[in-house]
Parts: sequence; structure tokens; C-alpha cells
Amino acid sequence: MKPLSRKATCNTHGQDSSYFLGWQKYENNPFDEVRNPNGIIQMGLAENQLSFDILESWLDMNPDAAGFKRDGNSIFRELALFQDYHGLPACKKALVEFMAEIRGNKVTFDPSRLVLTAGSTSANETLMFCLAEAGEAFLLPTPYYPGFDRDLKWRTGVEIVPIHCTSSNGFRITASALEEAYQGARKRNLRVKGVLVTNPSNPLGTTLSLSELNLLLDFITAKDIHLISDEIYSGTVFSSPGFVSVMEVLNGYENTEVWNRVHIVYSLSKDLGLPGFRIGAIYSNDEMVVAAATKMSSFGLVSSQTQYLLSALLSDKNFTKKYLFENQERLKQRHKMLVMGLQKARISCLKSNAGLFCWVDMRPLLHSNTFESEMELWKKIVYDVRLNISPGSSCHCTEPGWFRVCFANMSEATLNLAMQRLKKFVVDSTTNNSNNRSLDHYYSAKNSKKKSLIPKWSLIPKWVFRLSSRDRDRESSDER
Amino acid sequence: MLSRKASCDSHGQDSSYFLGWQEYEKNPYHEVQNPNGIIQMGLAENQLSFDLLESWLASNTDALGLKRNGRSVFRELALFQDYHGFPAFKNELVEFMAKLRGYKVAFDPNKLVLMAGSTSANEILMFCLAEPGEAFLLPTPYYPGFDRDLKWRTGVEIVPIHCSSSNDFRITACALEEAYQRAQKLNLKVKGVLVTNPSNPLGSTLNRDELNHLIDFAIKKEVHIISDEIYSGTVFDSPSFISITEAVMEKHVDHETDLLGRIHIVYSLSKDLGLPGFRVGMIYSNNETVVAAATKMSSFGLVSSQTQFLLSNMLSDKKFTSKYIKENQRRLKKRKDMLVSGLRSAGIGCAKSNAGLFCWVDMRYLLRSDTFEAEKELWKRILFEVGLNISPGSSCHCSEPGWFRVCFANMSQETLKVAIRRIEVFAESSSSASGRENLSHQRSVRNSRRSLSKWVFPISSYNDHEPADR
Repeated sequence: MKPLSRKATCNTHGQDSSYFLGWQKYENNPFDEVRNPNGIIQMGLAENQLSFDILESWLDMNPDAAGFKRDGNSIFRELALFQDYHGLPACKKALVEFMAEIRGNKVTFDPSRLVLTAGSTSANETLMFCLAEAGEAFLLPTPYYPGFDRDLKWRTGVEIVPIHCTSSNGFRITASALEEAYQGARKRNLRVKGVLVTNPSNPLGTTLSLSELNLLLDFITAKDIHLISDEIYSGTVFSSPGFVSVMEVLNGYENTEVWNRVHIVYSLSKDLGLPGFRIGAIYSNDEMVVAAATKMSSFGLVSSQTQYLLSALLSDKNFTKKYLFENQERLKQRHKMLVMGLQKARISCLKSNAGLFCWVDMRPLLHSNTFESEMELWKKIVYDVRLNISPGSSCHCTEPGWFRVCFANMSEATLNLAMQRLKKFVVDSTTNNSNNRSLDHYYSAKNSKKKSLIPKWSLIPKWVFRLSSRDRDRESSDER
Repeated sequence: MLSRKASCDSHGQDSSYFLGWQEYEKNPYHEVQNPNGIIQMGLAENQLSFDLLESWLASNTDALGLKRNGRSVFRELALFQDYHGFPAFKNELVEFMAKLRGYKVAFDPNKLVLMAGSTSANEILMFCLAEPGEAFLLPTPYYPGFDRDLKWRTGVEIVPIHCSSSNDFRITACALEEAYQRAQKLNLKVKGVLVTNPSNPLGSTLNRDELNHLIDFAIKKEVHIISDEIYSGTVFDSPSFISITEAVMEKHVDHETDLLGRIHIVYSLSKDLGLPGFRVGMIYSNNETVVAAATKMSSFGLVSSQTQFLLSNMLSDKKFTSKYIKENQRRLKKRKDMLVSGLRSAGIGCAKSNAGLFCWVDMRYLLRSDTFEAEKELWKRILFEVGLNISPGSSCHCSEPGWFRVCFANMSQETLKVAIRRIEVFAESSSSASGRENLSHQRSVRNSRRSLSKWVFPISSYNDHEPADR
């Protein structure tokens, strides 16, 4: 008799060992400004390390929050015992207010519809358990966060069917792509229960446009299915166009069917840079979903110690206002640094306004327009250039040559160094490789070709494509 | 529209017992503000030793302030989401677990997987060891939360191993076999046995015979043993706690079979340290594949790094842990003795126990009839008339009506005394109102089998209320 379950022994948790290589390499030879200046620079980790000082200074001024005290009185006992899966009321109130603030207060949220979970990893899985049976499917636009292959599918048995998006229109979701995905699922005898989008997108770093949001709502209304909007990067929107939450679009639709079928996932791992504290949330207008998700949160509650700290932090409106503004400014600066650094290396990326990464176009550096070639390029970048970035194939991108490159998880100096290395690599590649057309030739050639990979109207200098490299789901961590 | 899991009730939270919680919440006892309110005795919480924890915290502010040697480690902790767990914390945990077992066993931190509470740990083990539709055998009575934790999202079935008061609810080889056969008849493939040791709701540690029966059974049927040892630190009396690992080692079977790879321990700090809010649970397994899979699955419920840091500091203080363990056990024993003697003076016996936060109380003689309907009636009377929220044995799947779990560590001493007085009054009035002769007859019948003063049965009653605690 097989002693263990299939779940335990199979590999469908989605951790592909070929990408593990990048992580292993990094861990064997991690860059350090002083001790290992030739080591591998980690650019595959979507962490926000830019604003810890603001958090640390708040903690210094508010020792009660971490000290289990309220107004100087110890509440240790109360917190030690608090395991109510309805969550600490003060924490939920502060969190929904923070979420509203991020959305310019154009939406308000009801704390009784918020369910706290240990991270958005838990939130996403819980929503799958609530909304779909094993063998049913959710549609996801590509490219998408590779961790979804595990989080949404592994223990739930739910399938993911991709909605193919391409660089021809900036990877925007189209009505025809949605329909094609839906029909594709039907051909595979998969019942579609909903669409899951990440907004702002990982790995693209872009916010969904109003027309994409309307398209999605029309689609789910027509098909009578759910929409999950993973908005964990909502606080990282640093330039226009601003962030439009799906909830904003739903203003005025309160008593319609579709209102009950839209669910938001949130987390403080990206906006506040606190992935270690495991704070995630589901927000739903459907009472039954809230009730079921609440009970399911038993399997991953947020530590009461942490809930209390957060409730104090986020109730401080001076802090939240200052933090959101300053954090976004810093992200904007970093993003600009990366884009310009890439430009100097003659590399472009998708225009983006959010996130902790760029979606970088390295198609000109491929030997051939294939994923094998992408893997080759990736290995070169990891081993020779010594940058751990995420290849687009791991995000299920349909076009080879795109990479996600993170910019918020290292110092400015390190980022500069990474750009210098990349520039040197590109220069060396174009001069050394006799098979390859030079980048100049590539750019002029593609402009005149009928079947160019990049449309004529998108000349590189004007149109900057940002790339986000996949957040590798490496063995030892779960970074988006 | 929604999945069956979301819309059905098989999460196991039976609304009839929810009543007890609801009533308590509407009318909670308070020494001063509501002295006639309902006393909560259905909550297996350990509230006896917070002062020890608080005093440690007061002298170790660095741990709270996310500092190490005066320097902030906030950044490091904020970013730490490695599902292998905080190494220092795992080292301290295995040391703590070994200490609780009198150092008769040693644990390897690499075989320990952390997750948010033992609720999460138990579910993860089900996902790792069984397919939907397969089954685990559990001795009754058992913690009612298992109906949700083990079955709900996993699709795994529970088949009870019937234990009875005739032998103090001990697990017998015969009961194990009978349960196995019953599962076969139901076309359920048995993947293992899950025991809670010390037992909830019985409050007793498994004895060597029981452990040997389990081991023999697991070898013969080639199945797993999950030993949920979350109450291991609450053993306050002899006989001492024998961990499953110790029992296996003593039988010298591990090198003959691959049994060791099928033994898994669940632990948590919710009961021993009284910290259910911090969500610290863990799985210990000798099976590499299980450790690897459980580690990845823990992504769905990691322990907050803030909490891992605090507790690794606390547990590293060996003087503190030694003092805590000893003093906590002393206080638990004292409380249990208080409850037992209080019950005895009310003419109520309970199962003999040496651990846990509750007694398994024998109220069979107060039943109108030997039925679960009568048990429910009695439970309601105790809730509404006596003003005590205790847990009826039927909610723990006990096969005999009339047993209740009564907690003793989640209130002040004074409150416990009030509860005992109320029980005494109730027992007194029950005897006079409903037939003293009948009761004395029943009592003397029992006495003739064994003397009450020598034989004390603790009772555990179920309470899986909405905020669900064990």
C-alpha cells in the first residue's frame, strides 16, 4: 500500500527544479558589498526593503505595541489567549481603513467582511477551497506569479487555465483572450469557476486599466462566475495611471449578483515589507464565503501578537499617510534607476507604474525565439553576469525572452552594480557573438520586417517595456 | 456557486453545542459584575501560569522589542518567511520537547516543521498521509475539533475505535482490530491511527500496553501512527508520560520494520505554555518525504517571525523553562485535585487522570435514562439551571451517555469554588427531587464494583464553539 498521499510525493506543488538552480547558485555565492563583491546579486526576490527605517522609527516611538501593552497596561494575557478566528477587531478595523486609504478613500470596506489569514498564500488557497471543487478551474492571465501553481492547485485539486496575453498590446487582457481561455477550458472538460487577476500585476508591474476591469466584470457576469482580485501590490503604485480597485468599479452595484462574486485578496507583505509577519486577508461581499473562509482560517490564523502590533501601527493615521507617500516615492526612484540602467544597456522593459520589479525585454539577446534559448540566456545571466533574475517561462509567459527583475530588495549601490554588469554583458554579447545580429541591426531589422516580433509603432527608445522576472518559488522561501 | 466545502456543514461545528457558547456569551459569569452568570468550563485553556510568563517578559524586553543584544533585528524578522522556520526557535523547541520527556528521547530540529497551530499540523498530516476517502482510526472519546480539522478540506474519514468505561477507556488490541474491520466493511482504506497522548478529553496518559498495542497494530497493518502530544507538558501526576518515540525505541522494532518512518508527532505551545493566540504548532517526523511535503505545506500557515523570535528567546532561558514546567504542573495538579474533591463531595466521580486541563466526569447516575437524549437534557439543565458550560461526551463521540468534560484551568480558584458549590447544590437537589433511592441504589451498585474514593474518573466535555478552542 502506498504509505503517503499523492500530494506528498508528487511534484505538482510547482517547484520546478530547473529554477531552483538559480536560487542554489545565489545561496552558494551571495553578493555582499564588502565580503563578496563578485557574488550573485539577488534580483528574483520581490521584497520591499526600502522603507524599514520608517517602520523602525515608529516602533521605537511606540514600544507598547510590541510590548503587549495598551495605555501602559499589560494585555499579554488577553493576547496570549486570543485565538478567535473572527480576528482582533481593532486589527481588522485598522486594516480596512488602510485598504481604503490606499484606494484614495474611493471605496470603503466593512471589517465584518474581512477574514484574516496567515499571508495571502493562505488567502488564495482558502478562496479556491471555497469557490471550486477539485477538478474545476480558474482562468489566470499570463504571465502570472509562479507560486499560484502551488497555492491554487496543489491541495485543492483546482486547475489553472491561462488567459494568453502578449506584448503586442502591453500584455493587456482582451475580451477575445478571455473567451478563448474559457473555450479552451471547456474543451478540456473543465468547469470554469472564475478568473483570478493580480492587480497591480506580478510580474508586469502594471495596474489594470478601467477597460480591463469592465471587461472582466462583463465576462464574469456573462459566464456567471467569480472574480478574485489579488491586490497585494496596491500600496506600491508609484505613478500614473493610479490604482483602480475592482471594488471601485463595483460602486453602485451593491445589490447585484455580480457584487457577491468579487473577492479581494490583500496582504502586508509587499506594501509594508512584512512578509515574515504573515498577514493576509480575504475581503468578500458574499456572507457564505466570509463564513466559510473564517472557519478555514483556523488552519492559518495570524498570531495575536502580530495582530496587535499591526492594529496599533495602522491606527496611527499620521504614520500610514507618511509611510504610503514616502514608500511610493522611494519605489518610484528605484524603478527609474533600474529602467535607466537597463536603457544604458540597450535593454527595454514594459512601461510600469507599480510593484517591486520590472518586466524586462531581453528578446534581442536570444539566439532564437524559443524557450530553450531563454533558458540559455537565463543561465548565462545567473552564472556569468551573476544576477539571479526570473525567466518569463516560469511565469507562463507565451513569448520567450521576458524576465522579471526586482529593484526593491537591495541597496542603491548594489542595483547600480547590477546594471553595470548587465551593460557589460550586453556589450560583450553583441561584440563577441558572431551569429547574433548586433542590437542595432536587430532594432533596424525588426522595424522593417513584416512579421516583426515587436510592432512597428513600438520603437525601443519611446516604448519602454518593463519586465518582471518570475518570483522564483525556491526551496527555502516563498517570495512574490 | 460555491464549493461543497463552503456550503455544507461538515466542518463539524454542530449548532446544538454552539448553544452552550452562545448562552455563555450572552450571560458570562463575573465575580463582581455578574455573579449569577454562566461559568465557562468548556474551554481547555491553561490560564494558571501567566504570571510566570509575564515576569519573564518584564525582564527580557529585548525579545519583545525585536532586539538582539540591544540591536534591532526588526528588518531580519520582517523579511523572514523561510518555511524551514527560524533555526534558533526550532533548536529550542526540540530541546524543550526532549525536556518534557525527561530527556528519554532526543529530537532533530531538521525533522521538525513549524506551522500556525496544531490545528494546521493535524490537517497537513492528513494531506500528506491520506487521499480523500481514505481513513484514520481514532479512539473515542476524542477532541470534537478533529471532525473538522482532519476531515473537512482533506476528504479523509474518521473511523472510531470504541473505548469504554469498563476498562477506563483504554485502547485494546481488540478494539483496534474491530475498528479496522469496520472500516474495511465501509470500503475505507485505513492509513493510520491518530491518538492524543495525554488524551483529550480523558486527561490520562497512554500506558505502555496501549502504546504497544498501537505499535503492533501499525506494524501488522503497515499503517501510520500520529501521536498528538500537545498536552505532554501538562502531566502533573504519575504515571509519567511515555512518548510514542520512547515506546517504539523500547520495543526495538525500528530496525526490523520501517515503522519509524510512519510515526509522526504533533505538538503545540497552546496548552503547555497557554499561548493559543500565538499560533505555534509543529509536526515531528522521521519520514523525510513527510518532512519535505509538510514543510512546503506549512506555507499555508507559517508562524509569525515576530512570535518565533520572542519564543525562541523565552525557551532558550533554561532556568525559566525548568521553573515554568515544574510550577505549571504543580498548579495544574492542585486545581485538578480541587475539582475532583469538589465533585466527590457532590457524589460525582470522574475518571482517574494525571494530565490535561480537564476532568472526565461521570454523571451517568444523574441521567433520566441511559441515552444520549437524556445526556443532552442533563447538559441543558447544567447550562441553564446550574449555570455551567461543560462539554457533553456525545460531542466527543463517546459511546456511553453520561460523561462530561469539565475544564479546571481556565478560571480563577474562586470561580472554580463557585462552580463546585453550584454542582453540589444541583447534585443534592437532583437526588432529592428525582428519587433518592434510585440514585443511592445506582451508587451502591457502582460502589460494590469499586470504591469511589479509590476510583476517580475524570470527564472531558466537548466544546467546539464558534471561536473554537480545544
